[in-house]
Amino acid sequence: MSTRFRLPRGLRARLVAAFLVAAAFGALLTAGLTFQQARSAILERTQNSAVADLRAQLDSLAPDLTMPPSGKDLRGLTLQLDRAGGARAWRSSASYQGGDPVSASPGAPPVPRGLREAVQDNGQAAYERTEGDGDPRLTVGMPVAHTPDPARPNRAGKLSGLTVYASFPLDDDRADIDALVTAARTGAIPSLVLAVIPALFAARSVLRPVRRLRSGAERVAAGKFDTRLDAEGHDELADLTRSFNTMAATLQKDDAELRRMEAGARRFAADVAHELRTPLAAMIAVTEVLDEDAACGALPADTADAVRLISGETRKIARLVEDLMEVSRFDAGAAPLDAENLDLRAIVSKTLRLRGWADDERVGTDLPAPVPVHADPRRVDVVLANLIGNALRHGSPPVTVSARVEDDQAVVTVTDHGPGIPADVLPHVFERFYKADAARARSEGSGLGLAIAQENALLHGGVLTAGNAPGRGAVFTLALPLAASPQEQR
Amino acid sequence: MARVLLIEDDPAVQKGVSLALGRRGHDVEVAARGETGLLALERYRPDLVLLDLMLPRMSGLEVCRRIRESKQVPIIILSARGDEIDMVVGLEAGADDYITKPAGGEIIEARMKAVLRRVAPSQDARGAVLPTGVEHYADLTVDRTTLVVTKHGAELPLAPSELKLLLFLTSTPGQVYSRHQLLEQVWEYAFYGDVRLVDACVMRLRAKIENHPRRPVYVQTVRGFGYRFGPVE
Repeated sequence: MSTRFRLPRGLRARLVAAFLVAAAFGALLTAGLTFQQARSAILERTQNSAVADLRAQLDSLAPDLTMPPSGKDLRGLTLQLDRAGGARAWRSSASYQGGDPVSASPGAPPVPRGLREAVQDNGQAAYERTEGDGDPRLTVGMPVAHTPDPARPNRAGKLSGLTVYASFPLDDDRADIDALVTAARTGAIPSLVLAVIPALFAARSVLRPVRRLRSGAERVAAGKFDTRLDAEGHDELADLTRSFNTMAATLQKDDAELRRMEAGARRFAADVAHELRTPLAAMIAVTEVLDEDAACGALPADTADAVRLISGETRKIARLVEDLMEVSRFDAGAAPLDAENLDLRAIVSKTLRLRGWADDERVGTDLPAPVPVHADPRRVDVVLANLIGNALRHGSPPVTVSARVEDDQAVVTVTDHGPGIPADVLPHVFERFYKADAARARSEGSGLGLAIAQENALLHGGVLTAGNAPGRGAVFTLALPLAASPQEQR
Repeated sequence: MARVLLIEDDPAVQKGVSLALGRRGHDVEVAARGETGLLALERYRPDLVLLDLMLPRMSGLEVCRRIRESKQVPIIILSARGDEIDMVVGLEAGADDYITKPAGGEIIEARMKAVLRRVAPSQDARGAVLPTGVEHYADLTVDRTTLVVTKHGAELPLAPSELKLLLFLTSTPGQVYSRHQLLEQVWEYAFYGDVRLVDACVMRLRAKIENHPRRPVYVQTVRGFGYRFGPVE
């Protein structure tokens, strides 16, 4: 089992995900801005107080410094500054006239070059934050000016060239900032979890009409055109539901109209055929009288021909009407199936015998083994008679009828040795009144024979197919359901 | 030659069938309505009745029932309705066979001949070999010589097709026949016919000979195959 995990792609999942992304984005933005503000405030406060402290210390220590100070003086100054740093625990260093900073303790961190240049260039206090080994420090650089001295009034306020640097860790501030981040995180997660609830509600309110529409569409697809949905509210989904109802109503109307027309057309065909039967009954009854008198030579030659013509055509009409009746029975679903368990070979043999083909050398059989079939022999006979008759009429002998069991079906094929069925005709051979060649004269069939044959096959739950043999000649294949259990035909 | 009573309201069919059967040497009497047909039955004493189902006033079905109340004359339904239900109802009312219009004189005559033959042709041929005497099956007595069937000593009024079917089945008790075989042997169908002709006849026969038509002991159904006579206890 290696089913890959798949993301749920439903509308509900997408709506919830969209809600969560929006909530997360909002929370992140708020937290980020707050964090930014708070951090800069904290850092600014720290810097300001550090600068103030340093300045106060310098104010008290610098005046005692001799100018220009020696390296020892500078070291002394930084030592004093380090001591006075107290709680801030800064490490200070001092440089004069851009010289290297001198520090009291050897562990003092180096003063960043950028800061030194900034202080030198601007002559103002500057600071820089460094992240040495994940250990944030703030380094403040402060130029020292001459104190007002009555003895040297012209130097008062001028920069003395002495610059003091103090570097101290920002551990406390980092803890404060970390606390902020933690607070943002612990606030964001529950808010995200809570966002799921409105997301689910929103999804539900969207999904319910969508689901109703889907089941409605499925019902319509299944042919239940009377399906209507309740369209509540005035949103887009309600509009869609109303459109759906309109569509269903239109479909229902069209469907009813089509059914009515189709039923009307079928009833009309059946009525026509039926109405033709009574006059035909009278005419058919006397065709034999006509035939007899036309044959005995009592009539003038022209009259005899006319009489024969009428007699023959009357029989054709009668056959056409019979076929029309049969087709309309199929259309009305009123064709009965009296199926029984038989050997298909027995049906084939009987059809050949009944139709006078049993001793016809043009018709051969290939019936090697019993083929137990569940079928109405009367209907199978109709199909076989039609197929063999067609093969003899349109194909060329020999016509071979073979029966066998194939793919759990009882299969009988009728093959001729004619030119076969043209490819453009093949899809239409089972159509009613289909004429392969419009110019061709009427054949003796009604034009319904193959259509009826196919209906008979379908009535059995079987199929009738037409094709061409690999060599040449048409092949018609009738497949019927096998008998449930092989029984000997009595 | 047979004396035929044609009960048919359509003048063209009356004329056509009369002409066709007349040419074949049969006597045809025509009645346009059921009521006159019943009267003609008494007066004309036909060998056989050809009966249209769609008649004005008294329907063909009703005529069929009325005839069967007192007479066992062969009845063939001549119907323009191909609808099987009408045919089945007509057969259940007591008709022996049916012909759907349009049908030529040849077909009508073939049906007539078959129904007029009292025993199946296969048995006719073997008549000398078969016992012609009286056979007893439980309460039932079949006399092959006089063609009389009695139950508890009382003669049963069997229609021609019913008698013929019973005689055929009792000649080989226990042998199963498919309905198509019976159509061929008893009704003498050269082509496939509607097997419900057999079912309707069996139903009518059971109503007359069985003690419990729903639980038959004489004419038994063999599901999926057909019918057989007995075995009788």
